[in-house]
Amino acid sequence: MSVLVVVECDGGEVKKSSLEVASYGSQVAQLLGTSATAVAVGEATEANLAKLGEQGITKVLYDAEPRLKDFVNGAYTKLIAAAAQQEDAKVIVLANSNIGAAVGSRLSVRLQASLATNVVELPKADGGSFTVKRGAFSGKAFADVTLAGERKIIAVKKNSIEALHEAGKTAEVVSFSAQLSDADFADAPKQVVLQDQAGGILLPEADKVVSGGRGMKGPENWKLIEDLAQALGAATACSKPVSDVDWRPHHEHVGQTGITVSPNLYIACGISGAIQHLAGVNSSKVIVVINKDPEAPFFKAADYGIVGDVFDVLPKLTQAVKELG
Amino acid sequence: MKFLVCISNVPDTTTKITFTPDNKEFNKAGVQFVINPWDEYALTRAIELKEAQGGGTVTVLNVGEADTEPNIRKALAIGADDAIRVNAFPKDAFFVAQQIANIAKDGGYDVILMGKESIDYNGFQVHGMVGELLGIPTVAPAMKLDMSGNTATLEREIEGGKEIVEVNTPFVASCQQPMCEPRIPNMRGIMTARTKPLKVVEPTGEGARTEVSAYALPPAKQGVKLIPAESAGELIKLLRNEAKVI
Ligand SMILES: Cc1cc2nc3c(=O)[nH]c(=O)nc-3n(C[C@H](O)[C@H](O)[C@H](O)COP(=O)(O)OP(=O)(O)OC[C@H]3O[C@@H](n4cnc5c(N)ncnc54)[C@H](O)[C@@H]3O)c2cc1C
Repeated sequence: MSVLVVVECDGGEVKKSSLEVASYGSQVAQLLGTSATAVAVGEATEANLAKLGEQGITKVLYDAEPRLKDFVNGAYTKLIAAAAQQEDAKVIVLANSNIGAAVGSRLSVRLQASLATNVVELPKADGGSFTVKRGAFSGKAFADVTLAGERKIIAVKKNSIEALHEAGKTAEVVSFSAQLSDADFADAPKQVVLQDQAGGILLPEADKVVSGGRGMKGPENWKLIEDLAQALGAATACSKPVSDVDWRPHHEHVGQTGITVSPNLYIACGISGAIQHLAGVNSSKVIVVINKDPEAPFFKAADYGIVGDVFDVLPKLTQAVKELG
Repeated sequence: MKFLVCISNVPDTTTKITFTPDNKEFNKAGVQFVINPWDEYALTRAIELKEAQGGGTVTVLNVGEADTEPNIRKALAIGADDAIRVNAFPKDAFFVAQQIANIAKDGGYDVILMGKESIDYNGFQVHGMVGELLGIPTVAPAMKLDMSGNTATLEREIEGGKEIVEVNTPFVASCQQPMCEPRIPNMRGIMTARTKPLKVVEPTGEGARTEVSAYALPPAKQGVKLIPAESAGELIKLLRNEAKVI
């Protein structure tokens, strides 16, 4: 009996959301009086995997098959299922990412497990019942969900769990093979196209986001957003109309029909705060709004606000960040 | 080619969310229900592909009680050919996935499309469960879908980019923008929708694996702290010293 954590790696590094998932998994293991093993997918290095000990992981299973570098649903599902069988995992924890959701849902059927996605807190296990809290109604509510059965799968929402960090602890990295065949790679990508990310920070993973709306007036003004984002080490984002008219690429559009983000800090510049936009950002920990209209609905959802012109305010903010040193 | 498009019935995006006094259920009173916005991408793209192929059918499927029929009719008005309603309250993603898989198995569908997730439960689960129950590939979430014969080319969103994936029918894909521009019904569509077949069947399979024990609203915001524009730099100090986020 153990807890199995699915760790996503990219370019040799463990993703930030996977450090959170590893921390979550090791705390669940503690709660259940067992240990947490990880299975790594993507391109990993042994040294980085060993560092998962700092998040409380004792052992990491790693299949170095080169075709597993990019996401392949069929192969990943089989690999993780094999790891779960070997470790007799009763709880499997993964990230609520595109990979986590794609694999988690298939795994739940294969392993006859109950599944909760979008989970924001550690589980409560008492008297045989096992309950997790998850986001619902596009960030407008939470649901406590009871998971039935012997096996459970939990997909943890990004930025909702603090990553543990016990410096110096290491995990044992063990090579693992799920005996994958060509058929398991039937849905392998023909091509992977990576997008330009401002400062190399991925929006879905970012813990700070600077976002611009129609109030920015045109793509030529985005330098103001980028400067502040760069000073803060933040990712950049935008509202839907901005990506609809191609001022910014689609993958930066947040909201109900775009990406959902839950960073620690979300700075909205010249965005009105329509409910469809809020749906993608309202679980951010701290929301800052800059808008020249004091009646803009976004101020109701904000923690801090400046009623003012973005063209005047943004350079001042960037300057102030630089002065912090 | 036979398309099966799964739609769910969700509270309109602008709905203020409230729950029954025991916090066990969503309070439906006075709420307008719509086709899940993500599902509209699936529906419109299926209709576009059918039109491009000059043949085939688009069937819409909803797991829901009789009160979902106005939105099923709306999907028919947008251009689906026929509809199936599985007469059951959609208890959880697994329950719904089983219904879809059972209908798909008997119906010989080539392409099963649905939205990325529903805006009420935000599960992002049904696509993979259906794929696994049927033993066919799933591509989720897909931003683009083209068909050539029995081969589909999809763009799948990944963190930091996209993948181009090719799969053969049958397959499942969950859809999101910018796949297409969702259509709205026109007058002719609304008239013909009334006469299109809507079959009602009873649920099959096992029960649900998860249960909501309570809903809750997030704690109310404390109210916004306004900083004068002239001293905008103060905000940065507050973010560091008070909010501790930078
Ligand atoms: C089904 C559906 C789904 C949708 N999904 C999304 C979604 O996922 N994401 C999304 O963002 N939207 C979405 N929308 C659109 C949404 O309803 C709004 O139209 C959109 O969010 C508005 O974008 P905006 O705030 O940038 O633009 P606007 O509404 O035009 O607001 C611009 C704001 O900038 C302010 N401003 C102007 N000039 C300045 C200045 N110089 N300085 C400071 N402030 C200034 C204005 O006061 C105004 O508040 C959706 C809509 C529908 C119907």
